[in-house]
Amino acid sequence: MGTRTVVPFGPQHPVLPEPIHLDLVLEDEKVVEAIPSIGFVHRGLEKLAEKKEFGEMVYVAERICGICSFIHSAAYCQAVEGLMKVEVPPRAQYLRVAWAEMSRVHSHLLWLGLFADSFGFESLFMHSWRLRERLLDVVEATTGGRVIFGSCKVGGVRRDVDAETGRRALQTLAVLEAECREITGVFEKDSTVRRRTVGVGLLSGKDAWSLGAVGPTLRASGVSSDSRSLGGSAYGALDWQPVVETAGDCHARAMVRARELYQSFSLIRQALEKMPAGPVETRVSGSPSGECIVRLEQPRGEVIHYVKGNGTRHLERYRVRTPTFANVPALVHMLAGYQLVDVPVIVLSIDPCISCTER
Amino acid sequence: MTMEEQPILPLDPVQLPAKAAEFAAEGRRLVQVCATTLPGSFEITYTFEAAGAPGLTSLRVLVPRDRSTVPSITESYFAAFTYENELQDLFGLKVEGLKLDFQGTFYHLARKAPFSEAKPPKEGK
Amino acid sequence: MGVFSKSPWILHYDASSCNGCDIEVLACLTPLYDVERFGIVNTGNPKHADILLITGAVNEQNLPVVRTLYDQMPSPKAVVAIGACALSGGIFQDCYNVHRGVDSAIPVDVYVPGCAARPEAIIDGVVQALGVLEEKAAAPAGRGEGGKAVAA
Repeated sequence: MGTRTVVPFGPQHPVLPEPIHLDLVLEDEKVVEAIPSIGFVHRGLEKLAEKKEFGEMVYVAERICGICSFIHSAAYCQAVEGLMKVEVPPRAQYLRVAWAEMSRVHSHLLWLGLFADSFGFESLFMHSWRLRERLLDVVEATTGGRVIFGSCKVGGVRRDVDAETGRRALQTLAVLEAECREITGVFEKDSTVRRRTVGVGLLSGKDAWSLGAVGPTLRASGVSSDSRSLGGSAYGALDWQPVVETAGDCHARAMVRARELYQSFSLIRQALEKMPAGPVETRVSGSPSGECIVRLEQPRGEVIHYVKGNGTRHLERYRVRTPTFANVPALVHMLAGYQLVDVPVIVLSIDPCISCTER
Repeated sequence: MTMEEQPILPLDPVQLPAKAAEFAAEGRRLVQVCATTLPGSFEITYTFEAAGAPGLTSLRVLVPRDRSTVPSITESYFAAFTYENELQDLFGLKVEGLKLDFQGTFYHLARKAPFSEAKPPKEGK
Repeated sequence: MGVFSKSPWILHYDASSCNGCDIEVLACLTPLYDVERFGIVNTGNPKHADILLITGAVNEQNLPVVRTLYDQMPSPKAVVAIGACALSGGIFQDCYNVHRGVDSAIPVDVYVPGCAARPEAIIDGVVQALGVLEEKAAAPAGRGEGGKAVAA
């Protein structure tokens, strides 16, 4: 048995697109304890609610994170709409589902690539990102943006998707879906992928729940918890089931996200095909008062947007609890007992989004 | 859109650890901890979700500004250490009995406890 | 592109960006845009880099990091600020933890606007930075490292 050594991991590390820092306490190569520290990209944007009016805060909410952008703006809008008792038109609700699921596909393909990179599978990374560009084409055709959609607003959505655009989007997505089968098959069956991920970073369902884990991190440990089940937007009217895996390791977390790709393709198809005709926004007047919590399912898990209004144009408090923030204790727990060489794979397996976390 | 049920139970800070222990024993998940800066006090909301039951239940404590300490719930919910360090770093509160205390270094900040002011100081940049 | 005959190596630093511009920088390296076909390599080492790409507004925490990275790069070198936040602080300029645009910390040669900046714009910014590198290489010693701004 060796003496204990502390190895700093991050904030700048080749496997991390963003800065997070972990102090790894090691016994020889084995991780005994991991202590996280954050704040390298902290901006303090919640405080901007005091300077920007509630309608302008949508832009800030969307820029909490450039990967989970749309769902942040949708959650913020739903929270303010909840306070102001605004009825969002049904067509806008369906469009929100379609764009939220597009952002999930883009985020999951991005993550599958980064995850492949974490165990050195460079070509799989490139293929994932190549496919992601097709999805971004659809996003651009329907919203005008690539990573920041800018299509959500308090009271509805900013633009409609006409029948022709919708039809072409579905055609592109059908091709993309078929191509995705090829790479998700590699994640599922390839022996090199399995050797680095099966049995690594185990997290039991009981621990995941008590440590407050959310999203694919929680669902990969056998717990069926998905904020979309609350039926917000049009989710209640669509046919889908949460994706659950039971192994609780890095491979299971990858498989949850891989299977969610197809779930999202199905939801986009249903939303665009079933959305009723009609307006896409309602006029909003007055100022928000009262308080409420809205939770939506980000690609990384449940996100909490809490708003408190005091009857002025400025919110008294705007607070965001992002999925990565909730997953940090679970990450620290699952690192203990594994080899130093597995750390990058385990860290990536929760799909850390630091910009979200630090706000 | 219909909102899910979100009852808020007011609580004396002294009762917080016991209530948290009770919730933990019932198997509730800690969803979030959120503080709001009010003119004379800090309002701290602890939100929980029960497994398999709809809605979110919140516990709410008011901490007067001149006291500024609150007991930790990390005894029952270890995962609360992230939120409670946030309370210390951003709001300048002291969390007593915190099991993983970063002593004000969880966030790297340009100015101390930026959320401790109820209204932002007018500043030109 | 005469004097500066080699392909530039790039160092990317995320200074409190929202990720939007970062993933677009990364997208430049992947198959659709594929800048590696020009020999442009994304390096993690400042001493290997010719061009520094910075996304996001500089915050109080990473101000010294940005300055150190810039100092560590060999001359001639060029800095490309990517996205609204890197240009001016953008939507976050009023945040308490945000300093200002990148040019408040180090001299910037090329400004690439956008929120998020598009991959085409980023590649165009890098191409303009190549011109800046040539100018600097041709300039007499000690000159050409100022904050000369070239509009993107």
